Amino acid sequence: MDFISYLINGVSLGSIYAIIALGYTMVYGIAKMLNFAHGDVIMIGGYICFTAMSASGNPWLGIILAVIVCTVLGVAIEKVAYKPLRQATSLAVLITAIGMSYFLQNLALIIFGSSPKAFKSVVPFEPLVLADGALTIKAESIVTVICCVVIMIVLVNFMKKSKTGAAMLAVSEDKGAAQLMGINVNRTIAITFAIGSALAAIAGVLLCSYSPTLTPYTGSMPGIKAFTAAVFGGIGSIPGAFIGGMLLGIIEGFAKAYISSELADAIVFGVLVIVLIVKPTGILGRPIHEKV
Amino acid sequence: MKKRLVSLFLAGAVAASLLAGCGGGSNTSGGDKFVIGGIGPATGAASVYGNAVKNGAQIAVDEINANGGINGYQIEFSFQDDEHDPEKAVNAYNTLKDKGMHVLMGTVTTQPCLSVIDYTNEDGIFQITPSASAVDVVKYNNCIQVCFQDPTQGTKAAKYISENQLATKIAIIYDVSDAYSAGIHDGFIAEAEKAGLQIVSDESFTADNKSDFSVQLQKAKASGAELIFLPIYATEAATLLKQANDAGINATFFGCDGLDGILTVEGFDAALAENVILLTPFAAESEDPTTQAFVSAYQDKVGEIPNQFAADAYDAIYIIKGLLEKAACTPDMSAEEIGSAMLEALNGFTYDGITGAAMTWENGAVNKTPTAVVVKEGKYVELD
Amino acid sequence: MKKLLSSKLSKNYMITFGIVIVGFIVIQLLIPTGLLSSTFQGLLVNLCYYVILAVSLNLTVGILGELSLGHAGFMCIGAFTSAFFTNAMADSIESDFVRFLIGLVIGTVAAGVFGILIGIPVLRLSGDYLAIVTLAFGQIIVNIFTVLYVGVDSHGIHIALTSEGLGLEEGGKLILKGAQGITGTPRVATFVIGIILVLLTLFIVLNFINSRAGRAVMAIRDNKIAAESVGINVSKYKILAFSISAALAGMAGVLYAHNISSLTATTAKFGYTQSIMILVFVVLGGIGSIRGSMIAAIILTLLPEYLRFLQDYRMLIYAIVLIVMMIATWNPTCKAFLAKHSPKNWFKKKKEVK
Repeated sequence: MDFISYLINGVSLGSIYAIIALGYTMVYGIAKMLNFAHGDVIMIGGYICFTAMSASGNPWLGIILAVIVCTVLGVAIEKVAYKPLRQATSLAVLITAIGMSYFLQNLALIIFGSSPKAFKSVVPFEPLVLADGALTIKAESIVTVICCVVIMIVLVNFMKKSKTGAAMLAVSEDKGAAQLMGINVNRTIAITFAIGSALAAIAGVLLCSYSPTLTPYTGSMPGIKAFTAAVFGGIGSIPGAFIGGMLLGIIEGFAKAYISSELADAIVFGVLVIVLIVKPTGILGRPIHEKV
Repeated sequence: MKKRLVSLFLAGAVAASLLAGCGGGSNTSGGDKFVIGGIGPATGAASVYGNAVKNGAQIAVDEINANGGINGYQIEFSFQDDEHDPEKAVNAYNTLKDKGMHVLMGTVTTQPCLSVIDYTNEDGIFQITPSASAVDVVKYNNCIQVCFQDPTQGTKAAKYISENQLATKIAIIYDVSDAYSAGIHDGFIAEAEKAGLQIVSDESFTADNKSDFSVQLQKAKASGAELIFLPIYATEAATLLKQANDAGINATFFGCDGLDGILTVEGFDAALAENVILLTPFAAESEDPTTQAFVSAYQDKVGEIPNQFAADAYDAIYIIKGLLEKAACTPDMSAEEIGSAMLEALNGFTYDGITGAAMTWENGAVNKTPTAVVVKEGKYVELD
Repeated sequence: MKKLLSSKLSKNYMITFGIVIVGFIVIQLLIPTGLLSSTFQGLLVNLCYYVILAVSLNLTVGILGELSLGHAGFMCIGAFTSAFFTNAMADSIESDFVRFLIGLVIGTVAAGVFGILIGIPVLRLSGDYLAIVTLAFGQIIVNIFTVLYVGVDSHGIHIALTSEGLGLEEGGKLILKGAQGITGTPRVATFVIGIILVLLTLFIVLNFINSRAGRAVMAIRDNKIAAESVGINVSKYKILAFSISAALAGMAGVLYAHNISSLTATTAKFGYTQSIMILVFVVLGGIGSIRGSMIAAIILTLLPEYLRFLQDYRMLIYAIVLIVMMIATWNPTCKAFLAKHSPKNWFKKKKEVK
């Protein structure tokens, strides 16, 4: 019974990682940049939802507001900080993203203060108790897993079937050629950031519902973990991000349960290293072709 | 060309910053004010503690200044950010030295403190730390603590649990990457054996891995623990108690002073902390008039209820005042003279503060008694 | 042509060494005058190890062309092994300085060895996958040093995950105390030692770049397949460059450990946050430009200290400055503008193009 309960813990943590990783992977796949500020957009989403909920008491209002603010924020960040560097090396953009991450953390520190906030779960249901209390499943876990699967299915279909999705794929293959085909590259990248940031807002709300302490630094570590999850699954691949996130959550849970809670981080990263060495482009990543 | 340009641009900036550095050198104290320095994390993941100390100390300073200062001299309080980093703490210390600091109230966190004490010891500056709780913090004689030492807290907690027969099967969940938490944990384990307590589950987490405690809680639950000992801070405990509730755990939770402040975390559902016991030297709900005055001043200024870090800092400033007055120091004395005078004044000095009555110091460590409080209906109730 | 190239190169190197030596002499002359603030004097050693870190990472990022996000992990290894040595041998070797020197060798070698061990699997990957694996290794190193308890007694070194598990005999010394780290390391690092190590680093890195091996590494960076086809042993040279870079980072770690008496393995100091900070030095200074890394490391270390007057807004402004600097140095329009209005043009007549 313990085993099942550890597995459920792992899956619910994993689905949070997966939602964050989906945002990472979208942006990476299309704009070819590691958006290190993604974790901090999650944190901002959490704060917006918290503030709106404390003021109005309505969780829906909080979620909608968080999504709107984060979408606008994501597009604005892209416009101000990343767009001027589109011709520069990807490392330069990476560093700007880090600057942006510091900026968002410190902005939140000044606006919301350093004291932690206890986030009230947006999921109003009671936990599910099975087998006479030996097995408890949090309502948040169920909601998160459902959200994660729905988001992934929607994203995959969006990329496959919609015109914008096709444009995104084209931009990710070759920006120059896409431009020649009449695709507005800047607009496509802006839309990618909008979607990525909206996902970050949802991830923020779910992360905070699951783990309710909200500080200006809440997003950074889950952000990094989700980023490793995205790489794990093969960065740029949407199903890959989902699988990577899930696996990361489950491995972390089992490592804590059966090996050592002290060394859980080392074990998670160790598994990541082994997987990448055996399969150098992640689980679902496309192989890199070397050109002569 | 590009590289040259970049380096030229950067070289110019270096030159500019060097000049700025030179300007700072001549800035020594004028001799009409006591300069008290503060060091702690104002940004970064530990900023909640640093800012509490900063605000608590500022309230004490404002009160003292309004009431005529120390020996007739006003206080200038300067708080510098160390980001909870030993290296930055030394930088902050040097900045304060440039400002002509007489006494150091800091640092807030343990690791930075361990690197700063070397410098204050060399320079002979008197240092009082509100909350750096490791034993090594007071290894030189120029530094004293307002808070308890970590192993002492662990020992006291184990004794309290066994003497009051709260439980015999104990689970522990602690932050292995935090010196405070690990220190209490080690002290607790050492005492638990003697006190006849049985540790059935000893689990930990790290600073990088603190958004999910489900597994640790599940293991504690499976081990049949009657009491879960939490030598952790309120920030993490807010998450942990919520997840414990979700997992349907009904063991007793027992914490140390780090858990103080849990009820005032904005948005925290106090029902989750019902029946949580903690050993703390400070309770914001206390009916003591000094405490009440401090709590309301803090609420006016910051808009929050102070935690024990703020209270420790408030006491630290008044302890500095008491020592400076006893030693009859004046701001025109050098920091070193003031330091040795204050150390001498420490002999036989007692202080009644909001974090303990009749505090005395022995080799830098404070003697005071913690009170055990239990959370009942969202309020602290003192236990005997 | 070849002669011209090499003389131009050596002139360039001389300038780099010259800047360091002149800077050192100027500061040494200024210290007795009392013009330098305590803040600045306190930062001198820090500047040295950040410069070493930046220059050594530039070897991986600029010369080898691989993105490493785990550089601080090697610094961690150097810092902990050397601090362990200097503390463990406190009774056997009297002089702090001698222990420091031996510790310096041990820390550097240990980091170099780990560079090889980690380099062998890691360098088979490329691009962002390589970056993430180095990040992972960095985090693993930090995590392990956070939980280890290490002590010495007459039987040798004991390693365990708890202090009780060590089984130290009477008189044994517990040196690394898990999260509480190592305390009491002698503070022997001085500005002079720091500068000597900076010069040593520059000497090693610049010579490496200009050597046969260095040219091989750059050939691999520019075109791996072409390099392979002319018979360059790709893995050997990659690992060579990576481990030199790691060893130098370890050396910086030794300097760090002996500059500050308390040492703990936090993510902020030795994890990805610090690795990224070092990367910022390299990218801002110009990838591949050794002098640029040096200057960027100095500026970005001094900047937060000199922004202290901003109080609560300090780190916010720092972040903005960082973003603005990145855009100013990498955006084509800004670069062209800066080039046009560069102060250089005031002194020099217009150079003929090409």
